[in-house]
Amino acid sequence: MGDSLLTVEGLRKAYPGVVANDDVSFSVKPGEVHALLGENGAGKSTLVKMIYGLVRPDAGRMTFEGVPYEPSSPHEARGTGVAMVFQHFSLFEALNVAENVALGMENPPKQRQLSRQIREVSETYGLPLDPDRLVGDLSAGERQRVEIIRCLLQDPKLLIMDEPTSVLTPQEVEILFETLNKLRAEGTALLYISHKLEEIRALCDSATILRLGKVVGTCDPRASSARQMAEMMVGQELHTPSREMKEPGEIVLDLAALSVKSANPFGTSLKNVTLQVRAGEVLGIGGVAGNGQDELLAALSGETPAPSDAVKLNGQEIGHLGPNARRALGLLAAPEERLGHAAAPDMSLTENALLTGAIREDMVSNGFLNWGKARSFAESIIREFDVRTPGPGNAARALSGGNLQKFVIGREILQRPVALVVNQPTWGVDASAAAQIRQALLDLAAAGCAVICISQDLDELMEISDRFAALNEGRLSAPKPAKGLTVDEIGLMMGGAHDLEVAHV
Amino acid sequence: MDLSSINPLVLIASLMVASTPILLAAIGELVVEKSGVLNLGVEGMMIVGAICGFAVAVESGSPALGFIGAALGGAALSMLFGILTQYFLSNQVATGLALTLFGLGLSALIGQGYIGIKPPATGDVNFGPLADLPVLGTILFRHDLMVYISLGLIAGVWAFLKYSRAGLILRAVGESHDAAHALGYNVRTVRLMAIGFGGACAGLGGAYLSLIRVPQWTEGMTAGAGWIALAIVVFASWRPWRVLVGAYLFGGVTVLQLNLQAAGLDVPVQYLSMSPYIITILVLVIISSNRGRASLAAPAALGRVFHASS
Amino acid sequence: MIRLEKRPQPSQFWTAFTPVLAVMLTMVAGGILFAILGKDPFVAIKTIFWDPILGDFAFYYRSQLLVKGAPLILIAIGLSLGFRAGIWNIGAEGQYIIGAICGAAVGLAFYPMEARWLIFPLMILAGALGGFLWAMIPAILKTRFNTNEILVSLLLVYVAEQILASMALGPLRNPEGSGFPGSRNLRQYEAASNQELIANSGVHWGVIAAFIAVILAYVLLNRHMLGFQIRLTGQSPRAARFAGVRPNLLVVFCLGASGALAGLAGMFEVAGPAGQISIDFNVGYGFTAIIVAFLGRLHPVGILLAGLLMALTYIGGEAAQATLGLPAAAIQAFQGMLLFFLLAVDVLSNYRVRIGTTEAA
Repeated sequence: MGDSLLTVEGLRKAYPGVVANDDVSFSVKPGEVHALLGENGAGKSTLVKMIYGLVRPDAGRMTFEGVPYEPSSPHEARGTGVAMVFQHFSLFEALNVAENVALGMENPPKQRQLSRQIREVSETYGLPLDPDRLVGDLSAGERQRVEIIRCLLQDPKLLIMDEPTSVLTPQEVEILFETLNKLRAEGTALLYISHKLEEIRALCDSATILRLGKVVGTCDPRASSARQMAEMMVGQELHTPSREMKEPGEIVLDLAALSVKSANPFGTSLKNVTLQVRAGEVLGIGGVAGNGQDELLAALSGETPAPSDAVKLNGQEIGHLGPNARRALGLLAAPEERLGHAAAPDMSLTENALLTGAIREDMVSNGFLNWGKARSFAESIIREFDVRTPGPGNAARALSGGNLQKFVIGREILQRPVALVVNQPTWGVDASAAAQIRQALLDLAAAGCAVICISQDLDELMEISDRFAALNEGRLSAPKPAKGLTVDEIGLMMGGAHDLEVAHV
Repeated sequence: MDLSSINPLVLIASLMVASTPILLAAIGELVVEKSGVLNLGVEGMMIVGAICGFAVAVESGSPALGFIGAALGGAALSMLFGILTQYFLSNQVATGLALTLFGLGLSALIGQGYIGIKPPATGDVNFGPLADLPVLGTILFRHDLMVYISLGLIAGVWAFLKYSRAGLILRAVGESHDAAHALGYNVRTVRLMAIGFGGACAGLGGAYLSLIRVPQWTEGMTAGAGWIALAIVVFASWRPWRVLVGAYLFGGVTVLQLNLQAAGLDVPVQYLSMSPYIITILVLVIISSNRGRASLAAPAALGRVFHASS
Repeated sequence: MIRLEKRPQPSQFWTAFTPVLAVMLTMVAGGILFAILGKDPFVAIKTIFWDPILGDFAFYYRSQLLVKGAPLILIAIGLSLGFRAGIWNIGAEGQYIIGAICGAAVGLAFYPMEARWLIFPLMILAGALGGFLWAMIPAILKTRFNTNEILVSLLLVYVAEQILASMALGPLRNPEGSGFPGSRNLRQYEAASNQELIANSGVHWGVIAAFIAVILAYVLLNRHMLGFQIRLTGQSPRAARFAGVRPNLLVVFCLGASGALAGLAGMFEVAGPAGQISIDFNVGYGFTAIIVAFLGRLHPVGILLAGLLMALTYIGGEAAQATLGLPAAAIQAFQGMLLFFLLAVDVLSNYRVRIGTTEAA
């Protein structure tokens, strides 16, 4: 182990009720791209937080360049030569790029000099950035560049990247990989966290696979098949959703040149979104985060009002109607954020069942609530969607991500929607729950419902969609049949490489 | 009514004095809010500062010691708020209200023996010949030291927030405590320091009322000044120099209505007395009604509870 | 090191027990405060909390409990609705004043007519309407211009106080009062007086209204869609929008209801215990009710109990003032302390305290 840069031995971290990491060991050499592979909840994030000094391990030890390494804070980690690009960005929207970069550095130079450095580095690596722009005005891809440049300016010996491609188009991914390869050539080691197997096969030299907090194997990703790695990661045979093909029916949901201004000052306004979904059809909508997904869901759920003729359900103009009026007509929705949007964290599952089910499940008369009905509706969701919880009296926040998501999706599906819109239905959900949710959506479509699935997971969309479209800066591309679409075509629909260019090596 | 008795130069000079308590409290609260904390206890900290300053000045005979005592008193009270909101994760709105209610009671309790006493006088700064300049002399060079200190504080806070690294960290914490935490900044410590600064400033503002502006101690003498300071922070869109504008605007209205009362304007005194509050409300309405991008100045994490879960 | 761990569910035990713990801690801290003031802490605590209920003069004090508790409960019930929804009306004191002025003005307008069946109900309506309209100022400014309701409602208290003074000195001044400020005494005007309904019990119409308000609030919050929407909005505004809640409607309802209840409290007070509009008519019930609302955990039954407890501190405080020379301000500080302790121990219902290793940074 003499030549390894970072070694991790027997690391353990427990939280109440869960052991996030147990006896985790691996090592990374200089210039090596090492993958940490695992499902949601496998403990990858906790592990890198320990390496970055955000969380202290309960047991185990680390060495960096042969010296014991016990970072007590990210400052110390950065001082040692460890840098990190976060999955959920550690950026400040109301501050400009240079200020954001300065906050992530130990001894930043004066603003003017820093701005010049940012320009230089960003050009060298083909990641153009204007240091004076507000981060809130940047796209997801550009924000990631800020994070990467912040790291690069400190000449890190080890760069940790947590799910970096989840916010990029396929073309942008390619460019990112070129940048990373250049760094590797310069001797920088990379710890690359992902659950996307093809990426890891394309980029990484070695991989450590985690399941339920433990190392379950290591492999050479170039020599292993994606299937082998997936089975190690999940620990079971994967179930691929199935469906019967049927001719789609009448047009159910019809958006005509829908333009809606975003309620959020840093949000993306919808521009001329036109689409039609037929009964029995799944329309998949892809796109990089922050290109109008939340706004589209809000415009469909009725949270933001639209011109009445811009949204039609079965020919009826409903753009001006609020969420409950739309529910009464059969247009249901499940937003991305489970806690705090789709469900109220501190309320019980019964109360959360009432949250959207009040009207269609007839739980209110003259304004008075029928708690008995709400409770039995919650119980039937729990039963039919296999939600693991002691009972409907439990608070929503006590459920795991996968179980709560099954509850949220199940709550809408059991209300027999005419049309259903879901945003990121399997985000942060374990593989078996994700497969269950996708199957449920397909079954719903097979029963004649019109389904719109907004997602940033292209594999998911390819698996369940009949037709595919992509959101890019609030505009929707023309939908195309999903079968036979190539990665390149999808990437171009998502906006291609935007203004990124290949690194000037 | 005799409007000729109102001298515009004296009016301007006295509006500076009338604005100073609010100016001090507001600039402190601006720093607190920039760090992402909403402390509604300004009124309570001001009144505690008023009595602490008064008591210390009377006992020691030194107004300067009085002001130091007031700053310490305000800061001590603010730490109650700080510990409750930062360590016990209590609701900031409720805790701020509690601070005000408690501060009013506590100050009345401390102040029992000080009713009807005159504090030691605070002298004006001697600028020599400058004070005799026409116009400017009256307006600018005949004040007590605290007026200049309050102006200095505005400039200091402005430069601190704009140019210093500590100021950048403070703004970052107020913008997103989660991101700041992920980068390794100690959100709690930053916020506690900001809260303490806010408390000290509010205390100074209170003492300015009891030692210079009034000058004596009466229960509840702040009469809403703390709340007006909070309103001025909103009015200022969290920008230091606009706090100055807001405070002077308010001070102007106060001084003008007092002058009109003295001049015997034919309107019941109560309607003149309520005018500063009504004008504050009107200004709030105007500011909050046309907010587009301007609302970005509000710290995004304002009032949200921070609990590092990992 | 001590650290906090979020509970998966709020603890029911601590939710109910924290107010009790807060009261006990306040008694200890209050005792220390009284000792510093040179009073025997045990005697002081006994005088405040024990004697009014079970001491020698309890027959007098017990009725006072309802007299002082009723306005606190009435106002706090209204405030709790808004507080649950994250709508902060802290200007109940102003709404209370305006309600009293409107109620009294209607009563005095009929003087000396003897038609109680007409006048008294009209006064009740006027009181509620006055408080409602005064609360509509922050409500409309909030919904139309997005103006902060905390600041506006509070600043309006100072405006209301000035109106009160001008009324006591001007339009409502007793023409037979030989120039002294203050209105006619409504208690001496049968048709407009809020009398004691049962002799020496302290029960007047305001007490009845407070009990009705407790019951209605309970039904609203637990059985009605609007109550569900109020709770939902407070916990998670985005989920509330998704559930079809119209935030503006809620702002108007919560501010309006709390304003009307505060106005009612003011009207019952001016027609009963206070008797007249005077410059110093308001004694801070509108602010103390904030403490009552939190101490009662924003729950109607809790508020009922908390209102009575807070009334006890007023009465006991007065008694301690008379017998021990305890300053009135000490009681005010004592009440503030109670709220502090409550907020501090509240952490126990949502977090578990762990003693063990610390987290980095």
